[in-house]
Amino acid sequence: MITAGMDLGTQTIKVVILKDNVVLSRERCFSGFDPAEAAKQALNGALKEANLNLTDLHHSVATGSNMELAPHANSTVSMLSADAKAGTHLFPEARTIIDVGAEEARAVKCDEKGIMLDFVVNERCAAGAGAFIEAMARALEVKLEEMGPLSLKAERASSINASCVIFGESDVVSLIHQRESKAEIARAIFDALAERIASMVQMLGVNPDIVLVGGVAKDVGFVASLSRKLSVKLLVPDYPDFAGALGAALIASSRARSLQK
Amino acid sequence: MTEIDAPSGEKIEFWRWREYHRVLTGNGWTSKDTITAGVDVGSVSSKASIMVNGQAYSWGVTRTGSNSPDSAKKALGLALDGTGLQVSDLKYIVGTGYGRVNVPMANKAITEIACHAKGANYIWGSSVRTVLDVGGQDIKAIRVDEAGRVVSFLMNDKCAAGTGRGMEVFADLLKIPVEEIGETSLKVVEEPPPVSCTCVAFAKTEAIGLLRKGWSKEKVLAAYTRAMAVRMANLIYSLGLEKELVITGGQSKNIGIVTRIEAALGVKCLPMPNWKDHGLDPMVAGAFGAALFAKALYEKSRKINGG
Repeated sequence: MITAGMDLGTQTIKVVILKDNVVLSRERCFSGFDPAEAAKQALNGALKEANLNLTDLHHSVATGSNMELAPHANSTVSMLSADAKAGTHLFPEARTIIDVGAEEARAVKCDEKGIMLDFVVNERCAAGAGAFIEAMARALEVKLEEMGPLSLKAERASSINASCVIFGESDVVSLIHQRESKAEIARAIFDALAERIASMVQMLGVNPDIVLVGGVAKDVGFVASLSRKLSVKLLVPDYPDFAGALGAALIASSRARSLQK
Repeated sequence: MTEIDAPSGEKIEFWRWREYHRVLTGNGWTSKDTITAGVDVGSVSSKASIMVNGQAYSWGVTRTGSNSPDSAKKALGLALDGTGLQVSDLKYIVGTGYGRVNVPMANKAITEIACHAKGANYIWGSSVRTVLDVGGQDIKAIRVDEAGRVVSFLMNDKCAAGTGRGMEVFADLLKIPVEEIGETSLKVVEEPPPVSCTCVAFAKTEAIGLLRKGWSKEKVLAAYTRAMAVRMANLIYSLGLEKELVITGGQSKNIGIVTRIEAALGVKCLPMPNWKDHGLDPMVAGAFGAALFAKALYEKSRKINGG
């Protein structure tokens, strides 16, 4: 049983190919101006890596904010369901899955079967997603990938009073003027985003095990800040940014099976 | 009105608005008068007003710098300019606004909500029931009674959507001087649909996309301004719309916002005073309110001291 999961996010597109629920290949690319074309290339890339053709796919499922643009998709699934499926597949004890992407953040509460019980979403405010870190890194003149390691060097917590990207930029500039070190400012930035995400999770109740996925989960600085805020150890899988695509591909498998019956 | 030109720089700063001060001619003062001041240190602008026996005499408006005490001094200095008054002539000073605890010359600090309510009552009279104060970093909808007392309020803070700061971001993005964005946003044949998300960071990305699609600057600004106006109208709805409605704060001068709030609510605001000529300035409402509180506090202290 060969299936594909395609996650068409606001910033990047992720594709996962599965054979009997085991990952054969992964492919990622920027959404750019033409997400449909980008997704096509990502799917072809993933198939090529797995030595497969489009006709080998039994079923493919699309998810993500541009899911309706996905090429060759047999069906779609909500990002929440894809997250729940992937989180409980990777960590069977997972009861809460947090997904922090470029422009959205979600938290899903689920039961032991991976069925969603409740959720919270932020999709209206850049201060509650990866876009916040990107904008603050620009203000701080630090490369995005250096922000996390830099923040871990902070010796103490300083704080920015920002729950808005626009005001956050001014806060970062005033900290620079106060001669605060870049490490401390980087930590303050991660703490500010973690505060937002933590308050979202707390609306569901903090139910361990808690899994963190999405592109921002690759950032060690954010993972450290969020663990501190929630006072729990967060489970972060390998390839956390592919969780949505993995969930979609797993759902594709079960849909293909039920279609066969 | 004296206008102070922005310092000339190599880069045009579209967000930068002109600082100014004004003395109402025909009014004067003697040492027997109760002369009070209100200093409103906002996040984006600082305003000061001087009142003689509870009547507005002069005011000054300046950009808030990195240091609240300096901004307060600068605003008060502008208000004193051309009046012949010294700080020592002021019997009582009330500080208000975001930086109110950092107004060094103030005898007392009072919240900007109370001051805007009082100031709106002073500018437009006792028929005002709803005050929308659109400031640099937050938006407040305030229900007031016939005496200008606060009955209830709602605020949206820590989000730049619709605030003066958000407008400055768009002025910079579209390269339109911030003082002209209201007029410019109305130069569209047909009102476009609002941008889909009010978050200024996302709206900025969306606006860049619309410009690439070939939308004119005017159309993009109209779409953004409309989204912001709808947001403010919703805040008023949540508080409950009760006439008469007035708008204070820097955005009261943004005709694009005012027109669209009126359209969204289906209600006209009370007419804007001609602040460029001889009328009272709605951006200074908080400082007017503060100066009126200063007068009341001064008179109370005289009674207590038997004066």
